[in-house]
Amino acid sequence: MKKAIISIFVIVAFAIYSIHARNEQNESTVSAPSTSLQTGSSNSTTTSSSTTTTSTKGAYQDGTYTGSAADAYYGYIQVKITVSGGKLTDVAFLQYPNDQRESQEINSEAMPLLKQEAITAQSVQIDGVSGATDTSQAFIESLSSALNQAKA
Amino acid sequence: MERTELIMGMPIKITTVTPVETHIVDDVFEYFRAVDARYSTYKPTSEISRINAGLPPDKWSDEMQEIMRLCELTAKQTHGYFNIIRPDGQLDPSGLVKGWAIQRAAELFKSKGVKNFSIDAGGDIQVCGNGPSDAEWRIGIRNPFDRTEVIKVVSVRNKGVATSGTAIRGQHIYDPQGGKDLTNIVSLTIIGPDIYDADRFATAAFAMGQKGISFIEALKGFEGYMIDKNGIATMTSAFEEYVR
Repeated sequence: MKKAIISIFVIVAFAIYSIHARNEQNESTVSAPSTSLQTGSSNSTTTSSSTTTTSTKGAYQDGTYTGSAADAYYGYIQVKITVSGGKLTDVAFLQYPNDQRESQEINSEAMPLLKQEAITAQSVQIDGVSGATDTSQAFIESLSSALNQAKA
Repeated sequence: MERTELIMGMPIKITTVTPVETHIVDDVFEYFRAVDARYSTYKPTSEISRINAGLPPDKWSDEMQEIMRLCELTAKQTHGYFNIIRPDGQLDPSGLVKGWAIQRAAELFKSKGVKNFSIDAGGDIQVCGNGPSDAEWRIGIRNPFDRTEVIKVVSVRNKGVATSGTAIRGQHIYDPQGGKDLTNIVSLTIIGPDIYDADRFATAAFAMGQKGISFIEALKGFEGYMIDKNGIATMTSAFEEYVR
C-alpha cells in the first residue's frame, strides 16, 4: 500500500514537472526575425497545422504547417512552412532567432587573461574543416515533419 | 583516398594518405551505420528510442550501459553542463556518442594497419599520423557567420578537433543549469588528445557560454578557440602553438 502511494506521488510529481518543463520550453520560443506570416504572437508552438486547403496542383496541399520542434542540442529548431499552388513558398522559424533585437545580458564575469582577436578569413590550403552542423540537422528534421503534414 | 557517406544525418568523410582496400573503408562506414541504428533518436526501432519508450535498464545492451556510464561521468566532470536529458524528458546521448563513434572507427582503422588518415563526422575530426603532404594535418575552423569561409588553420597530428556551435546565426541557446541565454557565444573549437574527449568537452564547454573557454584553459592537454556574436575570438593560452 505504502509503495502504491509513493508510486502515485512520483507519477503525479513527474507529470507536474513535465507540464512545467513544457511550458518553460514554450515560453522560450521567440518569433522569427524575418520571413512573412508571423503575425504578432510568438508563443504558438502547437504542432497541429492550420490548413486552408484550396486548389492543389503540386505534391503538397496548400496551407501553413508547423514542424515538430527538433533538438539542436542546447536549443530547439521549429519551422512553419507555407504551401501555395502545391509548392513550398516560405519557411519561417518559430523557434530559433531574435537576431539580437532583445537586450543581451552581458556576462560580467572576469575572463582570465586570454588572448583575443577579431576573426578574419584565411585563404590557405587545408585538409579538413571543423565546424558545427547540429542546427542544420535539426532544421532538416523540423522541415521534413512539416512537409509530411503537407503531403496530400 | 577520400570517401564521404551521409550517416547519422551528417556527412562522414574518410581520408587516407595512401590507397586502402575498399572493404576496410566499407567496414568503417558500416560501423557508423550500426551506431546510428542503435543510438538515433529519430529511428523508432533504435535501442535509445525503445529506452525512451520504457525499455527497462536490465534489458539495455552492455554497450548502452557503458555509454550511459560515460555520460554520467562527463556530466560530473563538466559540473552538469553535459546533459543528455532533453527538455521533453527523453534521453539523448548523441552529444557523447558522436565523438565516441569517431574514436572507435579510428581504432578500427588502425587495427587494419591504416596509419595516416582522418575521419570527419559533420565537422568533428580525428586525425591520425601524417596528413596528405607528409606533414601535419591542416584543419580549418569554419567561420560561424559564413559557412564558405575558414577563419583559422591549425596543424595537428594524432589529435581530435571538435566544434560546437550554432550553424544558423542568431539561434538562441539556453544554459541547461539556469536557463540563461548563451547566444553571446556562437562557436567553440576544441583540440584534444582524441576526438572522444575533444567532442564531449566542446559540447559541455559550449553550454557554459563565456565561461567555457576558462573551463578548457583549466583542462590539461586541451586548447580552445571561442568565437562570440561580434566575431571576436578568445583562445586558450597555448592554442597558438597549433597555428603554424
